[in-house]
Amino acid sequence: MLGKLSNWDDTIVALSTPQGIGAIGVIRISGDKAIEVINEMFPSKNLQEQASHTLHVGFLKNGNEVLDEVVISLFKSPKSYTGENVIEISCHGSPFIQEKIIQAIISKGVRMAKAGEFTQRAFLKGKLDLTQAEAVADLIASNTEASKNAALKNMRGGFSNSLHQLREQLIQFSAMIELELDFSQEDVVFADRKKFQELISTLHQNTKRLLQSFALGNVIKNGVQVAIIGKPNAGKSTLLNTLLNENRAIVSEIAGTTRDTIEEILNIDGVLFRLIDTAGIRHHTKDSIENFGIERSLEKMHQADVVIYLFDVNEIDANELKKREDELIQNNITYLLAGNKMDLDESFSKEKFSSFHNIIFISAKNNSFIDQLKKSLVNVAVKGDLNTESIVITNTRHFEALQKLNIALQDVQKGLDENIPADLLALDIRQCLYYLGSITGEVTNEDQLDYIFSKFCIGK
Amino acid sequence: MFPEYDVIVVGAGHAGCEAAASAANLGSKVLLVTTNLQTIAQMSCNPAMGGIAKGQIIREIDAMGGYSGIVTDKSMIQFRMLNRSKGPAMWSPRAQNDRMLFSATWREMLENTPNVDFYQDTVHSIIITGDRVCGVITGLGNKIRSSSVIITSGTFLNGIIHIGEKQFGGGRVAEKAAHGITEQLVEFGFESSRLKTGTPPRVDSRSLDYSKMEEQKGDEEIVGFSYLDFKKINPAKQKSCFISYTNTQVHDILRTGFDKSPMFQGRIEGVGPRYCPSIEDKINRFSERERHQLFVEPEGWNTVEIYVNGFSSSLPEYVQFQALRSVVGFENCKFFRPGYAIEYDYFPPTQLKHTLETKLLGGLFFAGQINGTTGYEEAACQGLMAGINAHQKSKNLEPVILKRSDAYIGVLIDDLISKGTEEPYRMFTSRAEFRTLLRQDNADLRLTELSYRLGLASQERMDAVLAKKSNTEKIKVALLNLNIEPEEINPYLNSIDSTILLEKQRAAKIILRPNVSLQSLLENIPSVSASLSSYSKQCIEQAEIQVKYERYIEKEKELVVRMSQLEELIIPDSFDYNKVSALSNEALQKFKRIKPRTLGQASRISGVNPSDVQILMIFMGR
Repeated sequence: MLGKLSNWDDTIVALSTPQGIGAIGVIRISGDKAIEVINEMFPSKNLQEQASHTLHVGFLKNGNEVLDEVVISLFKSPKSYTGENVIEISCHGSPFIQEKIIQAIISKGVRMAKAGEFTQRAFLKGKLDLTQAEAVADLIASNTEASKNAALKNMRGGFSNSLHQLREQLIQFSAMIELELDFSQEDVVFADRKKFQELISTLHQNTKRLLQSFALGNVIKNGVQVAIIGKPNAGKSTLLNTLLNENRAIVSEIAGTTRDTIEEILNIDGVLFRLIDTAGIRHHTKDSIENFGIERSLEKMHQADVVIYLFDVNEIDANELKKREDELIQNNITYLLAGNKMDLDESFSKEKFSSFHNIIFISAKNNSFIDQLKKSLVNVAVKGDLNTESIVITNTRHFEALQKLNIALQDVQKGLDENIPADLLALDIRQCLYYLGSITGEVTNEDQLDYIFSKFCIGK
Repeated sequence: MFPEYDVIVVGAGHAGCEAAASAANLGSKVLLVTTNLQTIAQMSCNPAMGGIAKGQIIREIDAMGGYSGIVTDKSMIQFRMLNRSKGPAMWSPRAQNDRMLFSATWREMLENTPNVDFYQDTVHSIIITGDRVCGVITGLGNKIRSSSVIITSGTFLNGIIHIGEKQFGGGRVAEKAAHGITEQLVEFGFESSRLKTGTPPRVDSRSLDYSKMEEQKGDEEIVGFSYLDFKKINPAKQKSCFISYTNTQVHDILRTGFDKSPMFQGRIEGVGPRYCPSIEDKINRFSERERHQLFVEPEGWNTVEIYVNGFSSSLPEYVQFQALRSVVGFENCKFFRPGYAIEYDYFPPTQLKHTLETKLLGGLFFAGQINGTTGYEEAACQGLMAGINAHQKSKNLEPVILKRSDAYIGVLIDDLISKGTEEPYRMFTSRAEFRTLLRQDNADLRLTELSYRLGLASQERMDAVLAKKSNTEKIKVALLNLNIEPEEINPYLNSIDSTILLEKQRAAKIILRPNVSLQSLLENIPSVSASLSSYSKQCIEQAEIQVKYERYIEKEKELVVRMSQLEELIIPDSFDYNKVSALSNEALQKFKRIKPRTLGQASRISGVNPSDVQILMIFMGR
């Protein structure tokens, strides 16, 4: 109920180009603080001092971490689409990079825009007349429909259940508080503060768990984590370079600090793959997988969504490979066996490995059958049911709402600790309901009353 | 025989009386028509006013210059401020009243109001010309002309009373139902439906044994409801209520009547309120409970009649009687009359504008139970607003609409108009999103000036508000400037287990502590009493609330600002929703039916998504 539509004096951000991987993506920020916020992230120039309608090239940074090399278009109020300060960031077309940029901007106090909100602001500021507005209305409707579908897709499975549970718990919590207020004169047993403490800490834990699940589990947000393992001299560095060199187009040549965080991202058929422990492979550092036996690198392998087990076809026989495969299967690891250096021996025959299924043969050095490796990687990792486009954006919304919920829950917790009156506590709880409501659908006063009337004998 | 009136009010219950008073005080020529002038302003159910959320409403009615607060103060036999242990937004005044004195006081006040005429007759139909109402026709065949008509029919429209297997027409026990209006309006295109409510038995006080019950006394201080200053009853003379409980034996006896229950046997079609269940409903739905609380409430100063709160029933009267006799303290109880259920017509309130005028017929207003509400306070505040707007309409003046952030009255009307209701609607504080702002202590600060400008609230009220405002500000300044030395306050802080001061601190800061009240400082700290002794208790309390809860009050004010942007975007009456092809079908249907007045209201309609509102906004133009 509280501001079902948001206020429009804050600053908002959203991806303005279609989701997915194109050559570039445009992220738009609108509001009073748009320039100030981006200026903090753009060390090359002071954007505040630049003229309106100008372009600026440079690195976009979040603290010390370089996010991407971008082009910034600067529009100062009132000469912009929305009539507010507007910045458009043209960045590389990787959802992962876009996601990181948007997250960084949100962390500076900017809010994720709702569907159609830029147009809404433009309209409110008188930047669009009715005819123009009519033209974009259909667009908004289709966006909304798409985001609805995306949300529904996302709501399948465990995530939906957790949210549903969270919603029920929050309704229960708020209803118990409202019971104390509106029905204090009734002959019912009111929950004591200890019960509230328990409920709020459960809620808090569940929210945190959901937040963490975004950080750890979401394939789209983090990409598919891939580990390349194998004995020394199996050719891991070569394969790594071959894979990465193929992808220079989407990976900026960024020296130094961020080489190891961004660079090892592969875009294969629209799916992002993150190669883990590449620094170890490249620099032969002490703790790299290279120096462990396969048993000892299990921990790293468990971090990965997919393991490429790379071996030298000339060095290994079927028995030994079978052992390795059994270990992978035992540990419940998704894997791909890759036989390297097939070019060394002209008489090499796949025959001796004919009993293996998830296997391909390549030459990393000669760039032979690398496309096939990639295709196999996608098949193994994704199993064909991934909709990259929709999940990214809805996740960002959910993530943002859950973050706000988390903060609001802390306010409630603080209120409980300070033993403030229940009606004031309810004020903070309403904020929680509002944020959760933006994901699960609005929680109304009727939901609370339904709970109260179903659980308690009310009325004289 | 009749002159032409500005406003005719049909029905003289809580809604009708307030409507007549507000329209007349604004200067309209008003006729109050009712079937029986001896029963105006009846408390048909419990002899009490106020309570949680409802008490706040009476304070608002009073702040606007309505009569319910004054009548309640003049006829109370007991007063309590409920929820004192909670934050100030929850403090809720409640009174037990002398039923007959309440009614007599109302009649006396209306008789002393210039511009109100009375007539005893039953209205059977209204006079319609085109899409406007222009008068009423009574049972005796009188045609009375007016520019507005306010219908406040309570439970009388096609009322049917149920007691066990007996059922008969009636608007209240021993009073005739009214027919004709529903049929005429449905014919015209209105939608109507049925609701149900109930009332408990009344018993003879002399037959009860109070020594076996728990006593519930009134407060030692009587705050009352009206912001006008007049003499309240002596707190020592208040009448007590008593508490007893049902038991399993009572429940067993009640169950023997279930096969004759009109509710369980399906003879009642109307929907009853969930929060006001009958005793048979309670034992049926919560069968694990071995007892239910009963309140024994006296009906007045000079009567032995008792209202048995909590024992509402429509079971056969002998079952009610036998069951009640098994309640502790009721062993020898004598009945005055049994409880009963009543079904009546209402008109789903989404057919109204925010002024309570119907959308179909210009000049026709509805207030009270006809709109699906329950409760004297809910009815009275609608009457007040319908009276004001009927006057405004007949004089071609701007409508008067209270916002959700102005008053519970605004919340109530907006809920009715935007969401409708399928069970009798009662106010709860949880329905208000700005609960911290809508307090019983500040209804005058919120509303009196608005009403004064309309010409409704008196000069006396306005002067009192101005004095309260300026004194409250002075006290706040004094609290900010008054530094209290540790040696002066530490003994007191020690005594209440609060951390002692190491250096002097402003009084305004000290009262932020949860267990320190300004009143207690006044009593214990000489420098505080020296600087504040000249101010009234009311102003001191007001200043304390404003200082102590400032953080929360400010938080809600920000929300109000956020919401008000949408509230200020008015949707023109002529707006054609069919042109907006992008709307979801559900939103389209609801917008066409409810015709939201603002984008804010549109966003509150159930089943409407934010995207629908955004699309609407874009198409609407400004």
